[in-house]
Amino acid sequence: MPNPTLIEEASAKKLPQPRGSLSSGLRASYRSGSLTTLLLFLPPALVLFTLFVILPVGEASYFSFFNWNGYGHPNKWVDFENYLRVFGDPIFKQSLGNNGLVILVSACIQVPLALWVALLIADRSRSSIVFRAIFFIPYILADVVAGLIWRYLYDGDYGIVGTIYRWFGQDAPDVLAETGWATAALLLVVVWKYFGFHMALFIAGRQNVPYDVIESARIDGASRWNITRFIVLPLMRPVVVLSLFFSLLGSLQLFDLIIALTGGGPLNSSHSAVSYLYTFGIRRMRVGFGSAVGVVLFIICVLVMLFYKRIFMRESASSK
Amino acid sequence: MKPVFTYYRWLVLLLVASFCLVPLWATVVGGFKSTGDLRTNALGLPRQWLVDNYISIVSTPRFWQMLWNSGVIAGFTVVLTLLVSSLAAYTLAHLRFAGRKWIASYLTLGLTFPFATAVLPVFIRVRDLGLLDTYWGVILPQVAFNLSFSIVLLRSFFAELPKELFEAAIMDGCSYPRIFLRITLPLSRPILATVGVLALVGSWNNFLLPLVTINDDAVYPWPLGIMQFQGQYSTDWGKVLAFVTLTMIPAITLYLMAQKQVIAGLTSGAVKG
Repeated sequence: MPNPTLIEEASAKKLPQPRGSLSSGLRASYRSGSLTTLLLFLPPALVLFTLFVILPVGEASYFSFFNWNGYGHPNKWVDFENYLRVFGDPIFKQSLGNNGLVILVSACIQVPLALWVALLIADRSRSSIVFRAIFFIPYILADVVAGLIWRYLYDGDYGIVGTIYRWFGQDAPDVLAETGWATAALLLVVVWKYFGFHMALFIAGRQNVPYDVIESARIDGASRWNITRFIVLPLMRPVVVLSLFFSLLGSLQLFDLIIALTGGGPLNSSHSAVSYLYTFGIRRMRVGFGSAVGVVLFIICVLVMLFYKRIFMRESASSK
Repeated sequence: MKPVFTYYRWLVLLLVASFCLVPLWATVVGGFKSTGDLRTNALGLPRQWLVDNYISIVSTPRFWQMLWNSGVIAGFTVVLTLLVSSLAAYTLAHLRFAGRKWIASYLTLGLTFPFATAVLPVFIRVRDLGLLDTYWGVILPQVAFNLSFSIVLLRSFFAELPKELFEAAIMDGCSYPRIFLRITLPLSRPILATVGVLALVGSWNNFLLPLVTINDDAVYPWPLGIMQFQGQYSTDWGKVLAFVTLTMIPAITLYLMAQKQVIAGLTSGAVKG
């Protein structure tokens, strides 16, 4: 329990602190409402958070040691069998590999594209504002919607892919039905859906680059390219790191899009870690197995977070 | 600007814009096309504008039921997220008490991992509370998973409000709860809008949580409904595209009406690093 002797932060500086007994301190706290505040304002958040966030994570690691279908109580303790099964499953490896591919494509195509476009529309001209609005639209749509739209576009009989092939007098392949192609198709949709988000980050970052630095370089006769290369981009490094971090986290959560676009198929080749968890853990009510996947995912996320903190701290230390 | 640069800029921007918009265009007009038209003419205007697909969807009560379900869930999620997280953020920003730092970092633990890692135990918790197939089975976990980030955003905003205001209010004998209602909340509209938008869009589009906790299609929010609809009509693309188009309308309307808040809300992670 929090200590009831409260010190009001705001009043601490100017008002002399009452140095009475415990009960007079309590009475003062009561009159200013700070005790009420403490006892009424914090618990809702603490209860909800503990009940639905912290306990479940703890329970996931507990359940992951059982073979349990979710009914009754878990009682079949199986040691690390679930984990061994997760790591022994080639589909899981491929799913994690797909997560890796998403990150790779994001780092090599999506982020550079977003940066390039952002630098073209970071000013406040009317055309920039209109384009900015357009590029952000795919991001506000639900993942399921994006998945269904592209499922149509990729449909060999209908969609755009079919049309393009027919221009050349050929029958279109069914993109989403071929292993390899399905994953590639997924990657394109990820770029389409999320590049607007990265662009918005970069526009904000570009607008934070001080104007006078650029202006003085321009007066000194620096070309547009040189200003971008030697002034703007180096100053935007932290934003690029941030954006890469978001694609990392986003990839680890990728789910809806896959279910709507490919359902993880064909032959389970286009799963992500989360869609793997859903398909093999939740749909079959293998609570122990699914929890083990969840725990693995959790550990990856924590590692990513720590890694990011280290990099980010080095970044902010070197920029000072 | 030099003309060469202007041409280059427009060329790039128009290419990227068509990459963004052509899929949406094909979807919207696709809903008006017959199957034969869809097969031979994916991109052009419909040879004949058919409104049957749209009308048949709009005239089913199920469609409106889904939007209503999503709306109720999103509404409660936004209100509760704002309420619960601003109360906690206010306490953490303005009161000093033993364990404050500890509680503050406890509440930010949620930033470390996504919802999916805990989805199975959350399902079991929701089931044991008897909340399966209810709005609350979606609302409460959503609010809980919104808390960490909302509290971080709100707390740092509250802490940066001018101290003089609080001092003056305390001198005048204003109590902490009153300060919260009369000073902090009214001054914090922009950040409340940001947190609200984030919660709204997250809830409106949420798929995984309702997929796990809702089985009864009378309670389906629209993302589950749309997948069910697609499963039913699979390659009857005209119907599916019409459905998709109709569900895009609320999101795009909100976006066009409150573009600034929406972009600020959805990219707010960047501002705070």
